[in-house]
Amino acid sequence: MTDKYTDLTIHSAHELLKAKKISSVELTKHYLDRIKKVEPQVRAIVTVTEDSALQQAKQADEAIANGKATPLTGIPVLIKDVMCTKDIKTTCSSKMLENFVPPYNATAVEKLNNAGAVMVGKANMDEFAMGSSTENSAFFTTHNPWDLSRVPGGSSGGSAAGVAASEAIYALGSDTGGSIRQPAGFCNVTGLKPTYGRVSRYGLVAFASSLDQIGPLTKDALDSALVMNVISGYDSRDSTSAPEAVPDYTKGLTKNLKGMKIGIPKEYFVEGMQAEVETAIKDAIRKLEELGAKVEWGVSLPHTRHALAVYYIIAPSEASANLARYDGSKYGFSYKDTDSMWEGMEKTKQLGFGPEVKRRIMLGTYALSSGYYDAYYLKAQKVRTLIRREFDQAFEKYDALVTPTSPTVPFKIGEKADNPLQMYLSDICTLPINIAGIPAISIPAGFAKDLPIGMQIIGKPFAEKTIFKISYAYQQVTDWHKKTAKL
Amino acid sequence: MKLSREEVVHIAALARMSMSEAEIEKAREQLANILENFAVLKEVDTTNVSPTTQSIKLQSVMRNDIPGESLPAEKILANAPDREGDLFKLRPVLE
Repeated sequence: MTDKYTDLTIHSAHELLKAKKISSVELTKHYLDRIKKVEPQVRAIVTVTEDSALQQAKQADEAIANGKATPLTGIPVLIKDVMCTKDIKTTCSSKMLENFVPPYNATAVEKLNNAGAVMVGKANMDEFAMGSSTENSAFFTTHNPWDLSRVPGGSSGGSAAGVAASEAIYALGSDTGGSIRQPAGFCNVTGLKPTYGRVSRYGLVAFASSLDQIGPLTKDALDSALVMNVISGYDSRDSTSAPEAVPDYTKGLTKNLKGMKIGIPKEYFVEGMQAEVETAIKDAIRKLEELGAKVEWGVSLPHTRHALAVYYIIAPSEASANLARYDGSKYGFSYKDTDSMWEGMEKTKQLGFGPEVKRRIMLGTYALSSGYYDAYYLKAQKVRTLIRREFDQAFEKYDALVTPTSPTVPFKIGEKADNPLQMYLSDICTLPINIAGIPAISIPAGFAKDLPIGMQIIGKPFAEKTIFKISYAYQQVTDWHKKTAKL
Repeated sequence: MKLSREEVVHIAALARMSMSEAEIEKAREQLANILENFAVLKEVDTTNVSPTTQSIKLQSVMRNDIPGESLPAEKILANAPDREGDLFKLRPVLE
């Protein structure tokens, strides 16, 4: 089921609002209705924020009437439930935070609010952002709008499915090892993981602090640039926030890629990769060549094969430290049926966390424990240096690297649920980017029997503009990103 | 390969997390399987390579200490599992 609003982008909705062809209240009501219609099938949203959305829409209409509209003013957005929203439940899709109501907004949310955004809901995710399918949500699994029997990817699966199902015009997600890009690829939306430090992590519930980054999931590259213009920038409340100036990401977008040098790293066309994915990505790369880019095949990044191990040592190690705070004393779930402080703490974690979170706490604790620290954690951090170095060397020759986002199309719900290692492998193409701290996007690049395929474009640190340039040019001559799921 | 029961129980104790017998049994095998895959790092020569703790070139960021408005105590305590007046109420630490 489609309607005249299903295809709206931020930039097209902005034109309608500015021309007073529709009000933000009308637009917001439409999206709230749409949520009611499709949510029983898709299940992308943990909390629908109808009342505050209509209030924000009213304020947006006043801003528009006063000529103060900016590109995001009055536009409905979904926020992944890992970002703190003042006075609105922020659950991380975990029993641990089921009733947690933050007293403050995450910086990224605050910046959207200041730009007049209208938040229609908090999006479902894998518990504490750990997973690749949303099957680890403690509440329910989100379904892929392109095939409801399949996963939407994860951990930002609710954000991706919500945009794909037109429950909002865009969404914010977070990406620690692929959690924006892999679901964007699986749901046929455009998802950017910015450079580490580009978007403030203040108010983002911490998973792996040296890898986490917030970014947009949108209908196209121009929308992604518009959101980045608002959420990027230095924040004194995040000590890893980058002081680099924020350019206008929408400037310089053209159909011409002349002078652009693109490398294709062969290690990303991995064994076990689906043939349709390989074909689609190779076709897409030829398209970039037609647009004027100089493409070089067979670039080698040999340490790619170590990225999975590096990631699954570093991320759980940081997670085990970050999640130690959930001890049932100040907020969150608390086991009460004991007089012992230690037992209360230990049971709080056992009963408040789901299996994948506990698995990663155990892995991380193991890797950091006495006797194993050097062999696992320190070794992983050293190999991390080599992975970053390899990217730096590649970027001396190329402006960008292009790979598939995931080796396969979306898998069936339940297919990998009992096999953590198989699940980890679905992020094989996205993990190295977080390890290196560089930016990358996933954009729609074709279909295999109605299932979306994503192309990943990787850039130099703080070269989001280059990534947008390539994505925008590609989207001017293709229409994969305009295809919408039939619901 | 499986981890020993004692190893799993030791790690859980370090993490301050209880585990049921069934969880311990499952963890013995699953953790061992995952750890086996980490062996691939042994082949990498990291002599004279310094570790990367994070990817951005920032160190010891300082800022001016400017007093600002604090979060309202009531809103913070509203999330407390247990409270007494304006205080978090915890079980005795010393027994």
